[in-house]
Amino acid sequence: MEFDFAAEQPKLLMLMYGLIAFVAVVGGLLLLLDAVPAWFARRREAQLVAASASGAPLPRRPKPREGMFAFFFLLPAVLLLLVGLVVPAIRTMLLSFMDGSSVDWVGFRNYTWMFSDDSIVRVLINTLVWVLLVPLITTAFGLLYAVLVDRARFESVAKSLIFMPMAISFVGAAIIWKFVYAFRGDGQEQIGLLNQIVVSLGGEPKQWLLDPPLNTLLLIVIMIWIQAGFAMVVLSAAIKAIPADIVEAARLDGVSPWQMFWQITMPSIRPALIVVVVTLSIATLKVFDIVRTATNGNYDTSVIANEMYNQAFRYGENGQGSALAVFLFVLVVPIVIYQIRNLRQQREG
Amino acid sequence: MKSFVWYSPKTFKEKGWTVPTTWDELIALSDKIAASGTKPWCAGIESGDATGWPATDWIEDLMLRTQTPEVYDQWTTHGVAFNDPKVAEALDKAGQILKNEKYVNGGFGGVKSIATTSFQEAGTPITTGKCALHRQASFYANQWPEGTKVAEDGDVFAFYFPAVDPAKGKPVLGGGEFVAAFADRAEVQAVQTYLASGEYANSRAKIGDWVSANKKLDLANVPNPVDKLSVQILQDPKTVFRFDGSDLMPAAVGAGTFWKGMVDWINGKDTATVLQGIESSWPK
Repeated sequence: MEFDFAAEQPKLLMLMYGLIAFVAVVGGLLLLLDAVPAWFARRREAQLVAASASGAPLPRRPKPREGMFAFFFLLPAVLLLLVGLVVPAIRTMLLSFMDGSSVDWVGFRNYTWMFSDDSIVRVLINTLVWVLLVPLITTAFGLLYAVLVDRARFESVAKSLIFMPMAISFVGAAIIWKFVYAFRGDGQEQIGLLNQIVVSLGGEPKQWLLDPPLNTLLLIVIMIWIQAGFAMVVLSAAIKAIPADIVEAARLDGVSPWQMFWQITMPSIRPALIVVVVTLSIATLKVFDIVRTATNGNYDTSVIANEMYNQAFRYGENGQGSALAVFLFVLVVPIVIYQIRNLRQQREG
Repeated sequence: MKSFVWYSPKTFKEKGWTVPTTWDELIALSDKIAASGTKPWCAGIESGDATGWPATDWIEDLMLRTQTPEVYDQWTTHGVAFNDPKVAEALDKAGQILKNEKYVNGGFGGVKSIATTSFQEAGTPITTGKCALHRQASFYANQWPEGTKVAEDGDVFAFYFPAVDPAKGKPVLGGGEFVAAFADRAEVQAVQTYLASGEYANSRAKIGDWVSANKKLDLANVPNPVDKLSVQILQDPKTVFRFDGSDLMPAAVGAGTFWKGMVDWINGKDTATVLQGIESSWPK
């Protein structure tokens, strides 16, 4: 197909506007960042010159001006945070105390609904199962794998095998695994890997995603499959960063591999371990794509993020959706605080 | 038009089965097919994030067949509660087919396989003889595997989902498109008038995949045989048309708990519990 400039002109024009706007905004910001400090520097220079000329004591650099500098540098980030995070968070909190169409105030009704409706309680329990199992199993698996392949012959190949699923989107992974769990009736040709294995072992095909609590566990497997690579890579790097002299000293003292792992490796990689568990916990609390793609929360598999989306954007129940969002936020906050405290301790220590 | 049952005219001819015209005949035929060793019905309600909707069509069709159109209207506007015995009656009537292990799910497995079978492929076992009947709307004409001839004397065709008591009229369930005007100007009204005219109906129908109840629509202008049948039924003065109920209900029910309730119902939950759950979710 020929590229017709005349026909594409409106699009090209929009593209040009976009480019000009981008250059103007970014260029303007850069100019500002260059010009403002330079202006301050010139002023201070002039003051110093004037002070030395008059023989008066040199003026001390006034404090508020440093605050001004900081303000200029922080302004873009603060603006974006305000618009993209703080305002929506406050608005969601307000909405969670209103009814479905966000007109009347209903007090805590959305919250009592959340903890009394059987299907929503089920959602909360499912989320708990996810957040308990995924970080634990993923980290354990990643750690075990990292230790086992460390300095093995085909280390890089073995590592990339586990790391590759990281490159697949959650939706893509869920679709892949949906095929793994696919079901065809007894006597039909199976298209699902799992059922084909069951059938060739003489069993009857099963509808894997239909029966709780097994279906939630099978969905958790998908998340572990994706995230194990992340845990493995971070922990493997941490293991490699253990100072060689410690390892050598331990070897000279004649430790067993078991002692080596628990007394040398584990304490040394503790910070990395915490980062992995915390990151995975937050990612798991927010899990949405896998559940939505694989079952859409049917058959008792729903989790908070999925239910929140359904309530707010499918059923038009803004209040109930917001209440779920706020609850999710409340769950994430302690983990984030723990992580920040940890980082501070490391910096001080 | 949604009140259709798809079948294979070829297979029907070979086996000497006839198209049923009443509910009782439909059940008798199902029994006959089941006795011959084939599961008569195939169904599938999996539809990604809209899973469950094909089963709501079943219930709506059965509401229209077991109740009066007035009760149907009250049901969609919550004048009749969702857990009313009348709704339970319709559900149980649908369950007579959908939850009957002898009847379903031809080509896929047992009753529960309905929940995970996608609606697009649910009817395909008809082409291989593993299933004989599939209730789905007229649009399903475009879902068949390539090379399937959709016609009265072809590989697959549809018949009208029969009424329980044909003497009480011909209930038809359907969906549709709306033309909404955002401005009250003469030219806007002119377009609306044109879209409602027989002239538009005839020229639009010629393009295909479109039906209308417009009485001026000439059958000869409808190319697709199933659409032709749809127009015939829609123009029949005995026809009582009702719009898809779940589309009329609030989204929290019609695109939420009604769908989910149907999935649970197929998956083994009893009628009373399912209806109670949907009823309690109706926005206050």
